[in-house]
Formats: sequence, structure tokens, C-alpha cells
Amino acid sequence: MGKTFEEINEKIRKGTVVVATAEEIIDIVEEKGIKEAARQVDVVTTATFGPMCSSGAFLNFGHSDPPIRMCKIWLNDVPAYGGLAAVDTYIGVTELSETKGMEYGGAHVIQDLVDGKKVRLVAKSYGTDCYPRLDIDTYITLEDLNQAYLFNPRNVYQNYSAATNTSNKIMDTYMGTLLPQCGNVTYSTSGELSPLLNDPQLRTIGIGTRIFLAGTQGYIAWEGTQFVLNREMIDDDTTMYSGATLAVIGNLKEMNSRYLRAASFNRYGTTMFVGVGIPIPVLDEEMMEFLAVTNKDLYTNVVDYSVPSRSRPTLRKVSYQELRSGSIELNGKKVQTAPLSSLRRAREIANILKENIQKGEFLLQQPVHPLPKDRTFNPLKDMVVK
Amino acid sequence: MKKIKLILYFPPEKTDKPFTYHLVKDYDVIFNILQAEVQPGKRGRLTIELEGTEENIQRALAFTRDYGIEYRPFNKNIVRNQGECVDCGVCTSVCPSGALYMDTDTWKLNFDEQKCLVCELCIRACPVKAIDVNMFD
Repeated sequence: MGKTFEEINEKIRKGTVVVATAEEIIDIVEEKGIKEAARQVDVVTTATFGPMCSSGAFLNFGHSDPPIRMCKIWLNDVPAYGGLAAVDTYIGVTELSETKGMEYGGAHVIQDLVDGKKVRLVAKSYGTDCYPRLDIDTYITLEDLNQAYLFNPRNVYQNYSAATNTSNKIMDTYMGTLLPQCGNVTYSTSGELSPLLNDPQLRTIGIGTRIFLAGTQGYIAWEGTQFVLNREMIDDDTTMYSGATLAVIGNLKEMNSRYLRAASFNRYGTTMFVGVGIPIPVLDEEMMEFLAVTNKDLYTNVVDYSVPSRSRPTLRKVSYQELRSGSIELNGKKVQTAPLSSLRRAREIANILKENIQKGEFLLQQPVHPLPKDRTFNPLKDMVVK
Repeated sequence: MKKIKLILYFPPEKTDKPFTYHLVKDYDVIFNILQAEVQPGKRGRLTIELEGTEENIQRALAFTRDYGIEYRPFNKNIVRNQGECVDCGVCTSVCPSGALYMDTDTWKLNFDEQKCLVCELCIRACPVKAIDVNMFD
């Protein structure tokens, strides 16, 4: 017996829909079994709140009088892209301030805008017949902008390797501070609550899927960059899924900095914590099998970040249950583990999404197109140009 | 009984003398080393917690001074801005004493100030700048 998106939306409209978070569903399945749980529960909510470097926002400033074709643009001293039409720009979260360096970047500009703060806009132009003005120095607020939308080319990694450091030097990375001689292991996932680990074959998630994005309703726009569907067997019953990513879009004006937080990693640079929640419809029992997955059966690789190579060596495979325990064994030594993404805030998002669906405020959107099955992960050919 | 935290500065010629032995043996104070940078031939620094009666602590401090070791009260602590903290947990990966730890039920960041060595590694590890060091008199 299956359900369709439309049947589930009808229940949402009537207020009779049954929703559980991806953590709650584990106990429900344990108690009632797959078949009964699939019959009773209509939607399972998943979420994640972690640093996602491939994020940024498109902004339109409106025209000054006389008008300017902005060629070089700075927002609070952070360079923004000037290669679009006259007063359009894209600001990426990892772009650093030219005056404050790693303490302040594009992520902080975006958060300041979301928090309603004034942001200084400086732009220069070579001047054209149609856009004669050569420079402008002013302040903007989010409210003033014509359009402001977050467009993140790569978010919501299905699965990410855990990091450690076998060298004798402390390393500052986007996976946090890695202590020498495998002094710690960091990992970034919400595990059994994580969106793409709950629908690992992307049966229900695709282009057009409506999602919770940083406090508002956003959409999956495309496959994420570096998207690839990897599968590796851990044992006869356990598959390690990895590689799927999502490009997401949503209205910055409706976002909340509780779910969109600027971050700065020591000696790495700036990035942004992005809160994403994805509802997964329980179309049939097979979907419920996927949704019932627990950290015990979700694995990742522990990789050595001290090897400065594209393919860093894997030291071992580890389950998220072990990583969550606070320590794992590595080369015969007990090593402390720590998360990088906030499970606490991911749970908050999964619960908000659940409530929004129960209240009839969030309808499911069936994908208008599936995500690709045939992508490969190509390296950059490093040719010597003479 | 009284408890105080101190930073001791050892001149190079004193780093190889059994100073702490006398502290315990002659003045009956309990001490706990929080941080140590002591190398023979170099100026050393020792952060300690001293516990004893008021009188013994005063006598131990007088002995320390007479011994040629400068000291000052350890007047720093780590403060968290809970409004800024996102409970990511990355600071726990560098905390050497386990003062910062995750509640594995709620996944909220907890801080046990008693265990904190004020090594300040968490300050540089925190991506949202929710941890700071506070100086007091």
C-alpha cells in the first residue's frame, strides 16, 4: 500500500497528517515495525545545521541617480562580485574583509543584513554612456534591497569524512583545530537526522523540493556542485552512502540568523552555518526502511588531513554511533571525538518543520525533476601553461 | 581551608630546585598543577591551585617570595556567551581537561569551570566567537 505526495498534502490541508522527526521514527519503527509505521506515519522531518562554505547571496541594490554600472563592489570592505548587470551582485560567505581579514567575511555581511543592520556599500565603475557615475559610497539595509536571495551551490552534504591529523604539528582547518598525533577527531553530520542519509537514493528529494532554509521556506534548485552518488558496502547489510549534495535557494528577507550564522575558523577563514530541514514523505515501506536508519548503521571515513593531497588516506571506517560516543580507537589509541555541526539546532529545525506541517503551513512539493544518477567526480587537470 | 590560584615565575637558576617539595613538606598545602612551562636554564612558569589553612597559605607565599620566585594571582577565567553559542561542539575537541563537554542527551554544550585550565585553546577554536577570556582583580 503506497501513498502519493498529493494524498499526503490533502492530509496536511485537513490537519490529519501524522509527522515524526527522523529520530522519533526510530522508536516508532522499533515499537510497531516497518509495515505499521509506514501505514501510520505520513511525513518524516530531517534537518542539519553545519558550516557550509559553498553559500552566498544574490542582491539587487536598485539604481542611484545618476546611475552606475558597479564594476568593483565592497560590502563592509568585503569584495562582492561585479560581473553581473549594473546593480546586481553575488556575495560569497568565504570572501574575506580587506580590512579585518579572517574575522569578518561575506558570511558576516549576510548575517548583518539578516539582522537588520546597516551595511556600507562602496562601488566603483569605469563609467559608460548609459551609466555615467564613477563611484558611490552609501549604506544599505536588507529592507532597501529589491531582491535578496540566498543561493548556495553546495549544501547538505549527504555524508562527510571525519578529520584527524597524524603529523606533529597542530593544524587549523575547516574541520576545526586538529591536534597533533591524532589528538582528536572532528566530524560534521546530524547522522540519523541528516536529510540525505534518510533518503539515500534520492527517491523523494529532487529539483523543486520545498525545504526549510534558514527560517523560511526555500527550494532545492539543482544538484549541488561535486554531486556524485557513491555507494560502498560496509558489510552484507550495511551500505555507506556519500557524495550527494544540493544547491538550495530561498528569500534572504524572510530568514532568521538563528538558522544562518556567520562563522570564522581560525587560520582557515569564514564560512556560514546553514540550517536546512527536508520533509520526507513515507510513500511506502521501502521509504520507511530508509527512514528507520540509525547511527549504528551509518558510517564514514576517518581521513588524515596532514597529507596535503587531493585524496587523503583513510585511517579507518567508523560508525556515527561510535563518533557520538565521545571517543574512538585509532591505531590502538583512544582518541576524543567532537562534532562540528550542531545536532541540538538541527533537532530544533526538524521540530519546527514538523509543527509547520502539522499546522498546515508547509505543503510537500513533489520534485519537478529527479537529481542525476550518472555524475562522476572529475579532478582538475593541472597542465603547465607556458 | 582556603583555595587560591597563582601563576609562579621561576628565574632560570631556580627551575632545577625542588621548590614544590618544600611547599608540600614544610607548609602542608595541597597543590594542583594547572599548567607548567618549566625547562632547565630558562625562565619557567607554573600555574597552580593551592589549598590549605589561611596561615599555611600565607607562610607558603612568604617562602615562595624568599625563595626568589615571583608570583601573582591567576586572575583569568573563560566566559561563554550563551546567546551566541550554537552548540556545535567543536570547542570540546581541543579542551584538554574536559571542562567543555557535550551533554550527550540534549547535545547542549556544558562548561565545568572547576576543571578549566584557562589554556584558551577554545577561544581560537570557537567559530562563532562565543568564548572569551575575562580578566579580574
